[in-house]
Parts: sequence; structure tokens; C-alpha cells
Amino acid sequence: MTSQVPDLWPPSAQEVVFLLLGVVALGSALLVVTTRQLVHAALWLVVCFGALAGGYLVLTAEFVAWVQVLIYVGAIVVLLLFGIMLTRAPIGRSADLDSGNRVAAAAVAAATAAVLVTVVVQGFATAYTPLEAGGGAAATLGASLFRTWVLPFEALSVLLLAALIGAIVLSRTDIGAAARTPDPPGTDPAGTGTALPVSDSGGPDTTLPAPDSPAPDTGTAPDPDGPDGPNNPGVPPGETGSGRVPRDGG
Amino acid sequence: MHVVYPVIVSALLFSIGVYGVLARRNAILVLMSVELMLNAVNLNLVVFDVWLRDRLHGGQVLTLFVIVIAAAEVGLGLAIVLSVFRNRGTVDVDRLRDLTERGLTAPGLASSGSGSAGGAAGPSTPEAGPAATAGGGSPGGIDRSEAG
Repeated sequence: MTSQVPDLWPPSAQEVVFLLLGVVALGSALLVVTTRQLVHAALWLVVCFGALAGGYLVLTAEFVAWVQVLIYVGAIVVLLLFGIMLTRAPIGRSADLDSGNRVAAAAVAAATAAVLVTVVVQGFATAYTPLEAGGGAAATLGASLFRTWVLPFEALSVLLLAALIGAIVLSRTDIGAAARTPDPPGTDPAGTGTALPVSDSGGPDTTLPAPDSPAPDTGTAPDPDGPDGPNNPGVPPGETGSGRVPRDGG
Repeated sequence: MHVVYPVIVSALLFSIGVYGVLARRNAILVLMSVELMLNAVNLNLVVFDVWLRDRLHGGQVLTLFVIVIAAAEVGLGLAIVLSVFRNRGTVDVDRLRDLTERGLTAPGLASSGSGSAGGAAGPSTPEAGPAATAGGGSPGGIDRSEAG
């Protein structure tokens, strides 16, 4: 972009700071995918996202940096920690976190890294831009967001609402139970899914339809099923799920 | 600021995410690796926005959009993982093999107990045979008994 480009190797102070943050981000990301403790992976993810937010700050993208801190570090990591807690993951070291295809995965990742780094170095070896503050401030970005990009912004809000409703529908058990109780056992799609392991095992054939219907009840007793357990007997089985949602929400 | 440095960091971060998605067995760790890959994309978007001096700030606005989509994705993904855990008693992606082809079911189920890749190992019966007996005959039956 500019006429004279400084040399690549003696990096400037900004580049040194960014490279240090990048090394921290890469190292913690490597620990995320290699650690043997599930909770530590989520905590290393915090370090990785924090270092990336520092990198955004160096790149003068202030608003993106704070959004990264708020959403990623504040919301997504907490959500992942709740997921770890609700799936009753082991707290200590667990040996079976890695699949059997670690070597193939490492080969694919190394090939991806080699191709990407080669292409990127070939393509952008002389690209240089001086950093100027204010390019990513909240005022600039907000004006652009609500003037030029307002239609994708609104569409994205609808998408977020749809994802929210979808997550609620997926995680609530009584909505699915209202549709499941009139069904005779064995006609739900879970029955067809269990037909595959039955075909070669054959032994636990009689046990499969029996725990199929009580499994969502007993398996979720310590989970979000707990607060709506007392609601189930009071609700008539013919009532629709839409009529029951404001009952729990209120 | 040379564009090469952040872009290389982004490429390496993406590769680490690829490794995590392919090598991890816990579904939540797979979701974390997907987040790493999305962050690599975000870093690329910010760098090119700063380099090209976009007047509309398309790169940074798109970064915000990607962050929102990542939040929606991890919310839905965790809901699906919790639903799978509620029905199966496990979040091990190597043992969720109901959608395999019928011809691949027998060696896949036999090798899933030993934790091998299954798809790549395929019909390696000398290893998969004792593993099936050691790890239990049918993983589906084990999962149901754990869930019930």
C-alpha cells in the first residue's frame, strides 16, 4: 500500500508485541487440543482468546477486541464449562480424550499448516500497512454497522433468535415428552436407529425397546429435567407444548 | 505491521483447530476446536480489513457477525451434545455410529470399543476381535444400560 516497505526481519515494536501474543495464543491453543484434563482445555481456551483479543488491540481493532473478550471469554467458555459439567465429565486426568487416529490427524494438520503458510508467505510477503489508531473504534464501526450493514445485522438477529429457540427445544425434555407419550413404543425414530446394533449383536434385543422410553426420564433426573419434574403430573397429557412454555417461564 | 505475521499466526491456529477436530473424542472438545478455527478466520478478517483500509469496515463487521454465529453454533451444539448424552450416556464421538453404512457396521462397532479410528482401520479383524470381547459385545447395549 505504501511506497517503501521496511524489511521483514527486524520487526518493529508493534510486530514484536503481536508476535509474543501470537506465540501465547498458539501455545495455549496447542494445549487446548493436547491436554488430558477436560476442564483445563476450557481454561486454556480462555488464555488463547485473551491473547487473540490483545492481538486485535495491536491491530487497532478495539471494538472487535472487547467483543471478543465479552462474547468468547465471557459467554462461550462459560457455556462450554456448563456443557462439561452437565455431561458429567471426569474432573481429573482422563486417558481416553484422544481418538485412535491421532497420527492421521497430526499429518492432516501439518499438511494444512504447510500449504497455508506457504501460500500466505508467497502471497503476502511484501504486504505492509502502517497502523493508525481509530480505524476500529466503536463509533466508526457502529456507524458502518448500522448504516451499511444493517440488513445483515437484522437477519443475524433473527438467526440468533432461531438458534435460541432451537436450543431451548432441544434441551427441554417435556416438549418432546408431550409428543412421545401418545406414541406406542417402537415407532419413534430412535427405534430405527437402534435397529443397526441389534442386527449384529442380537443379544440385548429385548432390552432395547424397554429402556428407550424411560431413558430420557431417568437419564435427565439430575439435569434440566429437575425443575419440570413436578410440572409433569399436573399437566394433562393432551396439552400442547406451546401452551406449557409460558407456564414454566412465568 | 507486516501482514505476513498475523496471517501466519492465523494459519497455524487454523491447523491446530483442524488437529483438534480430527483427534479428539469428546464432543465438547471438538466444539472447542471448532471455536479455534473460527478465531483463526476472525484474525484473518481483521488483518485484511486493516491492510486494505476498507471504508465500509467490512472485515471487522464480518468478524462481529462470525462471533455471533459462533455463539449460536456453540449454543446449538451444546444442546445437541446434551441431548445425545441424555439418550446415550456418552459424548464420545467414536461410539456414535448409528449413521454408518450397514456394511461398515460390524467392523466399526467391533473396533469402536477399543477406541481405534474404525473408518481407517476398517476390517482389521485380528485387533478388533479381542477388543470387541474385552470392551463388551455391543456398545449400544452398554450405552442404554448406563443411561437407564
